[in-house]
Amino acid sequence: MSAGPVSTGPVGGPVDTGMILEVRDLRVRIASRRGVVRAVDGVSFGVPRGGALGLVGESGSGKSMTLRAILGVLPPEAQVTSGEIRLDGVDLLQLKGAEVNRLRGPKMAMIFQEPMSALNPVMRVGQQIAEGPQIHLGLGRAQAAERALELMRRVGIPDPERRFRAYPHEFSGGMRQRVMIAIALSCDPEIILCDEPTTALDVTIQDQILRLLTRLCRESGVSLVFVTHDLPVVAQVCHDVAVMYGGQLVERGEVREVLLDPRHPYTLGLVRSAPDFEYVRESLVPIPGSPPSLVSPPSGCRFHPRCAFAEDDCRVSDTPLRVLPSGRATACLHYERTLEAIEADRARP
Amino acid sequence: MSTASEEVLLSATGVSVSFQVGSALAARFRGQERLLHAVDGVDLEVRRGEALALVGESGSGKSTLAQALSGLIRPDSGQISFDGRVLPAARSRADRRRIQMVFQDPYSSLNPRLTVGGMLRELLRVHQVVPRAQVDEFSKELMAMVGLGAADLVAYPRQFSGGQRQRVAIARALALRPEVLVADEPVSALDVSVQATILNLLQQLQAELGLTLLLISHNLAVVRHLCDRVAVMYLGRIVEVAPTEQIFSAPRHPYTRGLLEAIPRLTDDVGDDRKPAIAGDPPSPLRIPGGCRFRTRCPMAQPVCEQSDPALGAAPDDAGHLAACHFAFTPAPLSPAPLSPAPLSPAPLSPALNENERND
Repeated sequence: MSAGPVSTGPVGGPVDTGMILEVRDLRVRIASRRGVVRAVDGVSFGVPRGGALGLVGESGSGKSMTLRAILGVLPPEAQVTSGEIRLDGVDLLQLKGAEVNRLRGPKMAMIFQEPMSALNPVMRVGQQIAEGPQIHLGLGRAQAAERALELMRRVGIPDPERRFRAYPHEFSGGMRQRVMIAIALSCDPEIILCDEPTTALDVTIQDQILRLLTRLCRESGVSLVFVTHDLPVVAQVCHDVAVMYGGQLVERGEVREVLLDPRHPYTLGLVRSAPDFEYVRESLVPIPGSPPSLVSPPSGCRFHPRCAFAEDDCRVSDTPLRVLPSGRATACLHYERTLEAIEADRARP
Repeated sequence: MSTASEEVLLSATGVSVSFQVGSALAARFRGQERLLHAVDGVDLEVRRGEALALVGESGSGKSTLAQALSGLIRPDSGQISFDGRVLPAARSRADRRRIQMVFQDPYSSLNPRLTVGGMLRELLRVHQVVPRAQVDEFSKELMAMVGLGAADLVAYPRQFSGGQRQRVAIARALALRPEVLVADEPVSALDVSVQATILNLLQQLQAELGLTLLLISHNLAVVRHLCDRVAVMYLGRIVEVAPTEQIFSAPRHPYTRGLLEAIPRLTDDVGDDRKPAIAGDPPSPLRIPGGCRFRTRCPMAQPVCEQSDPALGAAPDDAGHLAACHFAFTPAPLSPAPLSPAPLSPAPLSPALNENERND
């Protein structure tokens, strides 16, 4: 497919909104013994070309399922029940499995949390990097190997000629994640989807990997979707952030605005409950209660049972994400209360 | 934070712990054992009533040191003293009672086949903490102390959430009325919103019970929130010890500085082009570099760092700030290292690749 700004999708006609990825009203259900889990329930967002979107939330918020639905690698018991996932204008949900396979690599690539389980343990590292270009770009063995060596140099693997023939177990965690990045970049994708890529790494190695990833994506104009539970990590990598709670988006906006000046009580709760590196509070403010069951989620706003600002309408009205005049979006009906709470926080010495 | 005294309650002197790596058979063929020096001659003092943090990356030996202090591992050499008395290698039941641990993973550290009440009863009887008749009542008190109800005593660990399980683990540690609580990454396995409740609980218990807390963590934000002093470990050694605010505002060891710089902050610029704070991977603890063990990743390494191993020494103007670096308290050399560039990855190599490097 051409990399032109306007591409004609086979379904739904040409739609160019400057977005490389557009997700609309995505719903994913998982069958379980306890009933149907509504893991992702009406999620919509877009990622502009060359942009980086962070998707944050706690375990069970649906962030990983959203990512897996985009990639088309949902576990067998999960399925997309409705929605659209447009990659460069093409709705992935309308494509056959084999057609999606052809896009994975040259259009979208992925980086997972555990490189050891994502890499093939019995295949030489260089071969794993060269495999994509051979299949998707039609390169010959020698050309693909040359490209793999070049990529290994770009991601900072020392002594690539020798390391080409090594196996994943001979690499450290940080080096394995560099290999994953090389594989992700190997077919010049337009977007890379990352699921907690640095969670398993030590902080100095995380720092190396995050800086490498952001530099490489910027140099080659690749867009990013970055799933994580770590708020400061998002701030370092992404321009925009979307906060997920109970399978839905509750807030979206520019990353520092959202994290420093939230417009949703859940985001405020997350920020207040995490010990901050920059300044020390007398005590942390936990979010009361526990995350909602997604088999029978609460009515109205899913956060209302844990929300200090909840009123009667929160229990009954649906709370879709709505765009505020500032361009930010919140799902909270009474987001002004969050503003007041932040003011009060700041007024305190 | 607590009001700690200057009195040393628990101390380690020259403590080393090593583990044999590989099979005993392979060791016989080679004619020597391969030893992993997890903790390598550590001196540490924990003061009564303080909250001391032990920070470092994986493989730095912080958990091993904590387990040695708690008596779960016997050190190869060195002494551990409690309240001025050297503890014997085989500790008495009373000595073990005084230092209790809370582990990282509340899913694997609780017996799945015992109810919480059963677990506490067993402990209280074996250690004879309270008279038999009061066991039930004391169990209820413990549950209340950690924010759980008496009804939870009949529940099994699987019926609790992660945060609640960690509360149970804390109740179990407190059941023995310890003087020191050693918490090894107590919140790393929990979600952010739950972490806060456990951190607040630890802080509150420490204040109410006058506990001495040794907190092992890789999360410096948690440490800053909770602890009075910080000890930084790197490859089995303590490289810096200082009051928390000093560690954060005026770190003296280049590793501590790099560690602080590596932490992502909300105020960082997106795609900031700074170089990584510390390059390379930590060396394998099987092949610890000679001289200063941080020199292979140190931005200011000099020839002297290769030749001599810096001891943990106090600042000339501040006996409470210790660092193990040749240049910790003298002006750092201006020119960058004239050494050959540090090897980027002395990562775990395969046995085959290792053969070439084993005798280094």
